[in-house]
Amino acid sequence: MTETVVIVGGGQAGAQVAVSLRQGGFDGRIVLLGDEPVLPYQRPPLSKTYLAGELARERLFVKPAAFYEKVNIEHQLGEAVCAINASEQVVCLDSGQTLHYDHLVLATGGRVRPLPCSGADHPQVNYLRTLADVEAMQDKFTEGTRLVVIGGGYIGLETAAVAVKHGLKVTLLVARPTPLGRVTSPEVGKFFEAVHREAGVTLRCDTEVVAIEDDGGDGQVAAVVTSCGYRVLADLVVVGIGLLPNVELAQSAGIACDDGITVDEYGRTNIDNIYAAGDCANHPNPIYQRRLRLESVQNAVDQGKTVAATICGKDKPYAQVPWFWSDQYDLKLQTAGINAGYDQTVIRGDVDSRSFAVFYLREGRLLAVDAINRPAEFVVARNIIGKNIVVSAERLQDESIPAKALADVPVNSGSTEDTTKDDAHNQERVA
Amino acid sequence: MTKVTYVENDGTRRDIDVQDGENLMDGALDNLVPGIDGDCGGVCACATCHVHVDSEWLDKLPPMDATEDAMLELTDDRNESSRLCCQIKASPELDGIVVHTPAGQH
Ligand SMILES: Cc1cc2nc3c(=O)[nH]c(=O)nc-3n(C[C@H](O)[C@H](O)[C@H](O)COP(=O)(O)OP(=O)(O)OC[C@H]3O[C@@H](n4cnc5c(N)ncnc54)[C@H](O)[C@@H]3O)c2cc1C
Ligand code: FES
Repeated sequence: MTETVVIVGGGQAGAQVAVSLRQGGFDGRIVLLGDEPVLPYQRPPLSKTYLAGELARERLFVKPAAFYEKVNIEHQLGEAVCAINASEQVVCLDSGQTLHYDHLVLATGGRVRPLPCSGADHPQVNYLRTLADVEAMQDKFTEGTRLVVIGGGYIGLETAAVAVKHGLKVTLLVARPTPLGRVTSPEVGKFFEAVHREAGVTLRCDTEVVAIEDDGGDGQVAAVVTSCGYRVLADLVVVGIGLLPNVELAQSAGIACDDGITVDEYGRTNIDNIYAAGDCANHPNPIYQRRLRLESVQNAVDQGKTVAATICGKDKPYAQVPWFWSDQYDLKLQTAGINAGYDQTVIRGDVDSRSFAVFYLREGRLLAVDAINRPAEFVVARNIIGKNIVVSAERLQDESIPAKALADVPVNSGSTEDTTKDDAHNQERVA
Repeated sequence: MTKVTYVENDGTRRDIDVQDGENLMDGALDNLVPGIDGDCGGVCACATCHVHVDSEWLDKLPPMDATEDAMLELTDDRNESSRLCCQIKASPELDGIVVHTPAGQH
């Protein structure tokens, strides 16, 4: 009898699972269920080229509609799954329809963290997660519009960059001392702060929003009131203050969750035949020897591949070096690794030249890099981290050594053997 | 329209008309050419759109920039004919171009 895989969540991860199942030779039934009314699409352009009006809508989609038909992936969109009955292996949709599964993949992503202050339901307050979010505010992206962006993460900064280029009057409110405070370092944060100021963004750090008021009484203009007593008027407010993983469906079915749906290195949850991938999943990372929940295309794609392999009976434990990118103005930021816990930073290149890399080390080992217009440093860092090669801080900084060659250190200077990359790594960390 | 021939690792050839101005990664995706994933959507950030370009066409391509050059280092089977096809735009000068998807991407 043919098996059925049901995938809940039609985003980047859900689509990848479906595609990789077919590529892996799975010939059973695949049903992709998503509550957004559109086929899986890529979110990164939503705060970049698509927001800027530079990318056609059809270019957002992970695969064209014909693809799903050709490889026989069924999809049912615009309706949420509301319950899982794990003992019967059945999911229920909002309409009351039920579907049997042999394997169930949860790729439910996350939802935006709501602004926790009074007046947050003002009609001019928007979030930026979905295509519908962008389409709802795109007609306000015109010259002269007063925009207040709340949140100094990637999405906030990218939105500010697009907006100021379009002639909006942009104020960016950041809760931490520097932008990108949660994910990079003060060095990188200060650099981006300067870049945005130079571009014409009014940027305020250490600033919490305490209330949103309606300025004219007609819902047209929001007044954003900050902890330092400012009252900034806005025709449009965009909030980007983080993501909450969608775990409630899993939780109510008895699936273990802790900052995301808990999975093992094969993407399996604690309940047989139920898996999770993408922004909603919390996995054990062998490179960092701890659990991580990541929000990136790389993670959605690679975990999707892992889950598909597991369902196909193949052994493909998830052990990738995390990577990420962000485009703002003429700057391409590429991050490899996770810098949490670093005790040393090394800057390669000159910050003022807008082309430099910040390496993060712990006890002399490379944890991560933020490479700004420095793709070669990003690439070599992925290699160094993945293979756990020891490269000294002096060497990383030394621009007389081409970036490409940074990983070429003699084995006796401490590099682990370059066997299958992640195993060599694990043994060393565990030993 | 620019005619692009995508050759798969097993020798399967597909002739595809790609709209001028569109890149060859999108052209592949739209026409369900296997072996080209394009995970980053064509912003030169993922290196999953690697192709080997037939030698006679290599000189006709605009030179690669530093990002493409660096990102190609992430691919398994890079050689002199390697390009990331999201960085190649269809244009009349490229009508008839032949590109091969490397084994590692299948
Ligand atoms: C504006 C923006 C910019 C970004 N930029 C970058 C970038 O530059 N680089 C990068 O690497 N990453 C970026 N990201 C992050 C990246 O897009 C995400 O990590 C990725 O989309 C995660 O994919 P996913 O499939 O796990 O989740 P999602 O894409 O969120 O998909 C989950 C889907 O499941 C649906 N769903 C949830 N619950 C149910 C249910 N019960 N029933 C049915 N459907 C359900 C959701 O509505 C959603 O459609 C960006 C994200 C955003 C929002
Ligand atoms: S599509 Fe990502 S590098 Fe070409």
